[in-house]
Amino acid sequence: MLQITNLVKRYGSDEPVLKNLSLTVPERNVVSVIGASGAGKSTLLRCINRLVEPTSGDIELNGVNLTKLRGGQLRHARQRIGMIFQGFNLVERLTVMENVLSGRLGYVSFLRAAFRRFPQADIDRAFHFMERVGIAHYANKRADELSGGERQRVGVVRALMQEPEILLADEPTASLDPKTSEQIMALLRSLSEELSLPVLINIHNVTEAKAYTDRIVGMRYGRIIFDGAPTSLDEAAMDEIYAGTPVDDRAADQAAGRPLETVPS
Amino acid sequence: MARGGESRQWHRYTPRQRLVRFISYLLFVAVTVWALRSVDIFWPWLFDAPNAMGDLFGRMVPPDFSRWSDIVRALLETLNIATIATFFAILMALPVAYIAAQNTTPNKAFLWLGRFILVSSRSVNTLIWALLFVAIFGPGVLAGILAITFRSVGFLGKLLGEAIEEIDRNPVEAIEATGASRGKVILYAIVPQVVPTFFAVSILRWDINLRESTVLGLVGAGGIGLLLQGAIDTFQWQVVAAILLAIIVLVLLGEAISGWLRSKVI
Repeated sequence: MLQITNLVKRYGSDEPVLKNLSLTVPERNVVSVIGASGAGKSTLLRCINRLVEPTSGDIELNGVNLTKLRGGQLRHARQRIGMIFQGFNLVERLTVMENVLSGRLGYVSFLRAAFRRFPQADIDRAFHFMERVGIAHYANKRADELSGGERQRVGVVRALMQEPEILLADEPTASLDPKTSEQIMALLRSLSEELSLPVLINIHNVTEAKAYTDRIVGMRYGRIIFDGAPTSLDEAAMDEIYAGTPVDDRAADQAAGRPLETVPS
Repeated sequence: MARGGESRQWHRYTPRQRLVRFISYLLFVAVTVWALRSVDIFWPWLFDAPNAMGDLFGRMVPPDFSRWSDIVRALLETLNIATIATFFAILMALPVAYIAAQNTTPNKAFLWLGRFILVSSRSVNTLIWALLFVAIFGPGVLAGILAITFRSVGFLGKLLGEAIEEIDRNPVEAIEATGASRGKVILYAIVPQVVPTFFAVSILRWDINLRESTVLGLVGAGGIGLLLQGAIDTFQWQVVAAILLAIIVLVLLGEAISGWLRSKVI
């Protein structure tokens, strides 16, 4: 279970990107986060695995408070958080298998990693998942030889190799064509069921969000303003999520005398 | 349409721009003339050059290859100096490049240390490094190897450091997100991205070092230059010609080998 309480992220002295945000994701739940560009979706995801340093607030994953960890403890926590990226973020010049096995880097020694001598269990696991998503025959191909959809599958398998307790997907389908993007969403959904994994997906495509996720969280300028089942996301809610400008929101905040709190949905 | 009216004017440059350009040309010519006058060339020697060249050429032909075994030995020594020096320079340049690249350096102090090493290595010419090392270690191959190594570290470190600065951040972020330590991030996200530049730059430097080590002998730091210097000092022009031809062959071979290596590894 992921539990975020009063999360604030502020870059320098600017307006916070995340404003006292709270969110709970139970086990085996596919949650999509929607919202206009600049709403803070990406920052929210990156705060969870601390690629971005939160300013204040708590993030707890299965009882471990992630915000306080340093050095080795942080790396240990990151091993259990799989992340999938919009641009796939593969190492292009390495083979598919090397990219997949890089998901085990937190678990193996430096020398094993350097000489590509991964434990047999890791290799079995790699082939298992590569077969599951249909890329096993590319094991020895270089990552840059694959198509977009295949590369994202490599990205998904790399995350699964970590034996994650949660999957974070930062716009995983934004660089893919419509058909491939539906395949990836369906894959994430079924993996969540098979592995009892909570999955948090940032997504721009609201139709896909409705079709493939259990719950939709709508963000607007650093706040969660909608949180409910896909069926309850109606036109009015959509308008509210995607309307407005930061300037308007700031003016409204000041008028209401509430600089930093969540708007109830 | 506009036939009845005034025809429109167009000039590439405004009068002001034309004036600036004219003054720039004038300045360029003036500087060149001033430079030529100030270096004090003894003109009769220049006018005599064709005669001198003909004379030298006459003394050099035919090249004397009777000392071919000495020449071959010196060529091998030259080749070895270049290769060994390149190898050590690569070993030394890797950590320097790492600390001199903005995105991988541990902190500002290391960044400046790295840059200081690069600049000091590059601002001193190989022959001057050689003079220093001949003074310290005495004449011979060791001074030559060290001279080439010290000059190459700056070259390799600078180009590798720039390659590290230009890598794609995204894979680095992805590998960090798996919980990998700093060393493993370097191994999996940074090294694969700089490998092509690493090979290209190392091969190029070996090629340059081969040429530089042919002149090291002029200051007593080993290689075929030693033989050349000896032959010039004793006016054995036919031997000089043979050595020059041998150097040309060596450089051409180096060029061919580095071209072949490049096509193999990149």
